[in-house]
Amino acid sequence: MNINELLSPMKGEKRFMLGNEAAVRGVLEAGVSLAATYPGTPSSEIGDILFKIAKDANVYFEFSANEKVAIEVAASAASTGLRTFSFMKHVGVNVAADSFMSSAYIGVEGSMLVLVADDPSTFSSQNEQDTRHFARQANIPLFEPSNPQEIKDFIHYAYNISDKYNIPVIIRTTTRVSHMRGIVETGEYTKNTTNYGEYKDNGLHVPVPEAARVMHKNLVEKIADIREESNNSPLNKIIDNGAKVGIIASGGAYNYVADVVRQNNIKVNILKIGFSHPYPEELVRKFLTENEEVLVVEEVDPINEIETLAIAGKYNINTHIHGKRDGTLPEIFEYTPDIIFDALQKLSSFEDSRKVPNELSEIPLPSRPATLCSGCPHRASYYAAREAINSLNLDVESIHPSDIGCYTLGIAPPYKMANYLMSMGASVGTSCGFSKSTEEQPIISFIGDSTFFHAGIPPLINAVHNKTKFTLVILDNRITAMTGGQTNPGIPIDGMGDEAPEISIEALVKAIGIEFVRKINPLNVDEMIDIYKEALNYEGVSVIIAKYPCNLINKQAIRERNYQIVVDDDKCVHCNICVNKLACPSINIIDGKITIDQVCNKCGVCTEVCPTNAIYKKE
Amino acid sequence: MVYNIYICGIGGQGIIKTSIVIGETAIHKDMNVVMSEIHGMSQRGGVVSTELKIGEDQSPIIQEGGADLILSFEPVEALRALHKSNKDSIIVTNISPVLPSTINQQDVDYPDVENIIEELKGKVSTVYAIDANKIALDAGHPLSMNMAMLGAATAISTFPLEKDDVISIMKDNLPPKSIEINLKAFEEGYNSCL
Repeated sequence: MNINELLSPMKGEKRFMLGNEAAVRGVLEAGVSLAATYPGTPSSEIGDILFKIAKDANVYFEFSANEKVAIEVAASAASTGLRTFSFMKHVGVNVAADSFMSSAYIGVEGSMLVLVADDPSTFSSQNEQDTRHFARQANIPLFEPSNPQEIKDFIHYAYNISDKYNIPVIIRTTTRVSHMRGIVETGEYTKNTTNYGEYKDNGLHVPVPEAARVMHKNLVEKIADIREESNNSPLNKIIDNGAKVGIIASGGAYNYVADVVRQNNIKVNILKIGFSHPYPEELVRKFLTENEEVLVVEEVDPINEIETLAIAGKYNINTHIHGKRDGTLPEIFEYTPDIIFDALQKLSSFEDSRKVPNELSEIPLPSRPATLCSGCPHRASYYAAREAINSLNLDVESIHPSDIGCYTLGIAPPYKMANYLMSMGASVGTSCGFSKSTEEQPIISFIGDSTFFHAGIPPLINAVHNKTKFTLVILDNRITAMTGGQTNPGIPIDGMGDEAPEISIEALVKAIGIEFVRKINPLNVDEMIDIYKEALNYEGVSVIIAKYPCNLINKQAIRERNYQIVVDDDKCVHCNICVNKLACPSINIIDGKITIDQVCNKCGVCTEVCPTNAIYKKE
Repeated sequence: MVYNIYICGIGGQGIIKTSIVIGETAIHKDMNVVMSEIHGMSQRGGVVSTELKIGEDQSPIIQEGGADLILSFEPVEALRALHKSNKDSIIVTNISPVLPSTINQQDVDYPDVENIIEELKGKVSTVYAIDANKIALDAGHPLSMNMAMLGAATAISTFPLEKDDVISIMKDNLPPKSIEINLKAFEEGYNSCL
């Protein structure tokens, strides 16, 4: 599908849409005026698309500095009466949480939807946290679509709830729903015409203690009313097949239930939950009384299951409730059709008519771990850091706090330049802790440009004020690379594609009071090693800004490199430094000879590390 | 009936595009279709796979052993995908290897391609091993390899979509300037599996 078709006015068209594309169509059909995000997989494509079409759709879009700012932009804009949208990955909610909590207390005059993409099985994340906990903590209604069509349709429904109750709402997806493609039938779309609202002080936008008490009371009352909506919602529906066994299923997990039940003609009743917070108590109570056994199917945590157990307890219902708590289903990772098949077999006897899977081959297979790209400037930064550290001949381990981005791949040998990682920006804060708790161990930490703007600045202020000692390398590759190449405050382009002020990392760190600041192109490896050595000897916080563009945005310069990287076999002494220490994916040993492949971006770092100049640039 | 296609290979080989063409052709023929794609780290040398189900299924994941067709853009990836196959599955694999970037650091060598093909033949009913890289080069551009693979898949007797329909959707989805080359690669891929 051409993404411009997302702006097609056509109603009733069927398109093969990615979940994230359906989300864009959904908010456009719903008449959104403003959208703000910080990129995070599996929700990144929503931002990539909005970046391209926001102008044509007459929607304001920004890549905010972080998720907290994105929520603040969306919430305040919604308080002027606009319909607003924010979206992020699950861990983004942790960053946004402080303001997100308050947004429920303060409420919205217009409407505000936040799409959060969870990542069961951690395909591209540091944890499996379940956003449905947050919805309960914050008293925010939450919806769990199962496929792209439902993402689009639920968005309309959720906005109506937000409008009616002046409350922010959450659409919770998972990787398999956001990165699923399915048939989506479009609804009516007309281009947004509302860009501005009007702020009116209603006296309840400032949660000082006295007001917060009133706000919390109002919020709890709203949730009670919304629970009635959930009980009667078409998004929560019982499919009654007159069976004695029932399944309560939500989100992507529902799809496996539907397929396994159909394929094996299993007689069960199904309660599909699409509107899962507030949990539809009356509906679930009814379902429990109609079934002797009930299996709750959800990813990742047993949240609907515990709600169901509570309802059974409250009403003294004796139905056996199965799920994660009794071991019928696994407590971690995403589900698969086979996991659901096995769980259903425990409750209902039916024949196993599945085809027998082939055993895996006994031929040992090489793995394909993700690696830094050929010509990636981070490789040069890591190679140089390893060389500088090794030159110290330490008898203690060096400490390398790392951060969230492509450069986390520096964890791999031979660099081993990531050995402590928590969250966005944590490289800097954890360096402060290591600085205060270790004596001899050198600390070199790494953070990317976008991550620095996101959460790296307050801990750097902390580092200076509290007189710590470590070296922070800001890997400024001029883009938010890991999520596919979005802009950030250091890039002179904003979310609308317009020219924008470029925030200088160098000026920022100097303003914080850091005296040791070196800016360098890391492809100059020898110079880079010297700077590391100098920094390691510096008493205080030293910052190295390793500035060179990511390949993703450097194609023109790469094309203009009018030389080839070649190997002079006669000069090669087979020291294998290029293979074993630089470890560029474009350098391989084939038939005993060092060979440069076709993917080589000609960054030239290997020509610098080769001690005999056997690898060289041939014009 | 559901027809399950598992497509695998390496980032940058055009796997997602190929899968979208198949999906859109199915929609064009009023069939139901769902697809899952995993590509988080693809840009950095990782494995890419998609799962396509044409028919009544709602979930985009193929059961273990449930693939009717495995379309592998790289020989080792065909071996890695065997858990999705059963004895009646059909495998179409490209025979051109892509060495893992870390192969020199691994304890395992890249297996001999002929051994890979023999192994595959011992596991499933039919294996088509084609040199899709060569077909693409002959057609005019190495990046048309994915369309050579799509052509090969389309020639399989059980494949639920017709050649003409696939071609018409290709024309809607591929850049006009490269469509000639892509169609040529598709045609040669198709002929290689007849």
